[in-house]
Amino acid sequence: MKNKINEVHETEEIEGTSEEVKKRKIVVPGEVIVSGEDYLPSDGTKRVGKDIISNRFGLAEEAGRVIRVLPITGAFIPRRGNTVLGRVIDITFHGWLVDIDTAASGFLPIEESPRFISKNEMDQFLAIGDVIAAKIMGVKAKGIDLTLKSRGLGKLEDGFTFRVSPNRVPRVIGKEGSMINMIKEKTGCNISVGQNGWIWIKGESTDNEIKARNAIEFVTEKVHGSGLTEKVEAMLEK
Amino acid sequence: MTAHKRTDGRTATELRPMIAKVGVIPNADGSAIFSFGDTVAIAAVYGPRQLHPQHMQDPSTGILRCTYDLLSFSVYDRKKPGPSRRSQEISKVTEWALAPAIDLVGFPNQVVDVQIYIIQADAGTRTAGINAASMALAHAGLPMKDLICSVACGKLDKDIVVDLNKDEEDFEGGEGPTDFPIAKFATSDDFTLMQLDGMIQPERVKEVLEVAKEACKEIYEVQKKALKEVIE
Repeated sequence: MKNKINEVHETEEIEGTSEEVKKRKIVVPGEVIVSGEDYLPSDGTKRVGKDIISNRFGLAEEAGRVIRVLPITGAFIPRRGNTVLGRVIDITFHGWLVDIDTAASGFLPIEESPRFISKNEMDQFLAIGDVIAAKIMGVKAKGIDLTLKSRGLGKLEDGFTFRVSPNRVPRVIGKEGSMINMIKEKTGCNISVGQNGWIWIKGESTDNEIKARNAIEFVTEKVHGSGLTEKVEAMLEK
Repeated sequence: MTAHKRTDGRTATELRPMIAKVGVIPNADGSAIFSFGDTVAIAAVYGPRQLHPQHMQDPSTGILRCTYDLLSFSVYDRKKPGPSRRSQEISKVTEWALAPAIDLVGFPNQVVDVQIYIIQADAGTRTAGINAASMALAHAGLPMKDLICSVACGKLDKDIVVDLNKDEEDFEGGEGPTDFPIAKFATSDDFTLMQLDGMIQPERVKEVLEVAKEACKEIYEVQKKALKEVIE
């Protein structure tokens, strides 16, 4: 394999990055989260008079003075900078069309491939049906632009892909990648996780691949208390 | 005040027991079930997704598309499946009742599909459907200003009552049957649906709205509780 795909999951949106996250609670749209002049409304909130009102259903988080609501359910909403996994569905004159499980399909322009590709040899680099890891360069009204020009991006050869709920991705990754790194270590598989919920696994044997998949599905299945990493570790040791 | 006793022994402002649950359809992006007594509505939200046919696309905003229908076994005499004049009208009014609360500007050319099915009907199906759909939309993580609460008010002769059942909806005698479905924003007094089937004195409409406001507060609590129980 030419490019090592190991660090795909290292995106910005990992849980608990901000300094001191104090209180967390579930809020419904229109609910007052806090009131007071010194709070700042962020994602999913707005200010009405003195109150900070939630704009969506999710987990309200108070980090210092900033209030934001993180979605916990629903479809994947693409954002700039997200790393996603997708499948090439068409080759056009200017690039590749990639299905990344969003309303508008992703477009990977030919200039955004890591090396020069002649227009005649596009299908030798990426053919229809190939799975790739790509980064979202921008989200526009007419579609989503992708790029491969970053570390850890590119074609995912062999292995297999499956999907989990995009809202569970932070949990699959864990704090600073703790969960996914542990699963990789224990099973010896190459795993990459896209923010859109696609997961790609390639291991030395099918047994290890299935083990890794089961572990990931266990993580996504239901609400677990603390010590989830330990539980999964014990499960993999068996 | 209650000259006419209600068939199920409720007081004039008492709602039927409500049940609400969120996340009942794993395949959907958002889903909910809501019931008023024997009326049970189930709603599923899909999207935002690409809108076809293309001529319906709006480059300035996403659109909301609702489908309401009774399932054939939901009523005593089997309902012939498929869209009818009635179901199309209710789909449209449901869409209008929900649209003001939901903000799809961030999803140009896209659509959010809401499907509402009544699995058991005992009057007040459109209002149960709106309550379920509002919860399902919130569950789908879409940007919303507020939840929508909906209830049907009515009149038994001269008494204003809330949340009619089928017997009361077909009430004969006195001033005849009156059915007054209402939907409003949960935390403000903005009404998004107001229909009237039957007759009412214009000066009494205000009275009905007051009754509806009180009932909506109760419904809101039930919806809120169901949503908060999801815990991821």
